[in-house]
Amino acid sequence: MNKNLKLFLIYLKIGAFTFGGGFAMIPLIEREIVENNKWMEPEEFNDSLAICQSVPGAIAVNNAVFIGYRINGVMGAVAASLGVIIPSFLIIMAIASVFTQIKDINKIDPIFNGIRAAVVALILTAGLKLFTKGIFNLFIIAITFVGISYFQLNPIIVIIMAVAFGILKNKSEGI
Amino acid sequence: MTILDLFLSFFKIGSFSFGGGYCMLPMIESEIITKNQWITTDTFIDIIATSQMTPGPVAVNSATFVGYQIAGVLGSAVNTFGVILVPAVLVMILSKYVDKFKNSKLLEDIFTGLRPALVGLILAAAFSVGKTAIFNIQTLGISIVIFIIINRFKTHPILAIVFSGVLGAVIL
Repeated sequence: MNKNLKLFLIYLKIGAFTFGGGFAMIPLIEREIVENNKWMEPEEFNDSLAICQSVPGAIAVNNAVFIGYRINGVMGAVAASLGVIIPSFLIIMAIASVFTQIKDINKIDPIFNGIRAAVVALILTAGLKLFTKGIFNLFIIAITFVGISYFQLNPIIVIIMAVAFGILKNKSEGI
Repeated sequence: MTILDLFLSFFKIGSFSFGGGYCMLPMIESEIITKNQWITTDTFIDIIATSQMTPGPVAVNSATFVGYQIAGVLGSAVNTFGVILVPAVLVMILSKYVDKFKNSKLLEDIFTGLRPALVGLILAAAFSVGKTAIFNIQTLGISIVIFIIINRFKTHPILAIVFSGVLGAVIL
C-alpha cells in the first residue's frame, strides 16, 4: 500500500477512536508506527514526543506531523495530520449544525447547566495534574492567574512575561 | 472580512497554544469571546464539554465549532488550518534537530517559566467558566461532586459528564 495512504488510514483510526486528547493516543500510535510497521525505532519515537510537547499545538496533531514528515516528507505530514483531524472535524460539524436547534428546547436547559458545572471540575482537574510545588512556581501561577482573571491581560502577554521571569531566575542562579 | 479575521484569530491561538488542551482556553476565550464576540460564554463552555465527549483535540474541536457557527463549512476548514499551521511548520523544522533539541539549555530556560504559567492559564479558565457555570448552590454542588468522583474515584470524564447532565435534570 502507498505510504501516504497507509499513514492517513492509521491516523484516521486513531483520530476516530481516541477520547481524552493527545496523551491517550500515544500508546496506540507507538504500536502502529514502531511495532506493526517498523517505520521508527522506539528511542526515536520517544524523542519525538519531547518535540511534540515543546512546541505550541495539539499533541495529537503535532505527533502526526512529526511521524508523517519523518516517514514520507511533507506529503506524509499532510496525510497523517489530515487523518487525525478529519474524524473530529466531521463529528464537531455535525454537532454544530444541530446545536442551535437543540439549545432552543427549554427542557434541555437543566441538563446543559449541569454539564457546564461539571466542566469547571474537569478544567480544575487538568490544572491539578500539571501543578508542581515551589515558591517560584507558585509565584508564576499567581501572577498568571491574577493577570488574566483580574487585570484582563492578553494571555499571550502573560505567557511571554512568565517565560521572561523563568529566564531571569535561571540567570540569577547561574544555571 | 470575516473569513480572514477567523483565520488570523485561530492562527494566533495556534501559535501560542503551548501545553495543548485546556491551557489554550484563555487564549481562545480572549480571541473569540472578549475581542470578537463570535460566541457567548455559554456556548464556549458547551464546546469544551463536547470536546471532552468526542474524539479529537480541544484545539481542533473548538476551531471547527466556532468556524461553523460563524461561516459554515468554510469557516470550520479555515479555522482548523489556521490553528495547526504554526505548530506543524515548527514540528517539521525541529524534527531535523531532535538530538540538539532534547538537551537544549534554551528549552529548559523557556520551560522554567512556561510550565507554571500553564497551570495559571488553566486556573484562569476554570475561574472564568465558573463565573458563568456556577450560579447557585446546586450548580456549585454538581461541580464539587464531579470533581470528587473524577479525582477520588477515577471516574472516566465522559461518564462524569453524562452523570452531571442527569444531576442537572434532576435537581436544577
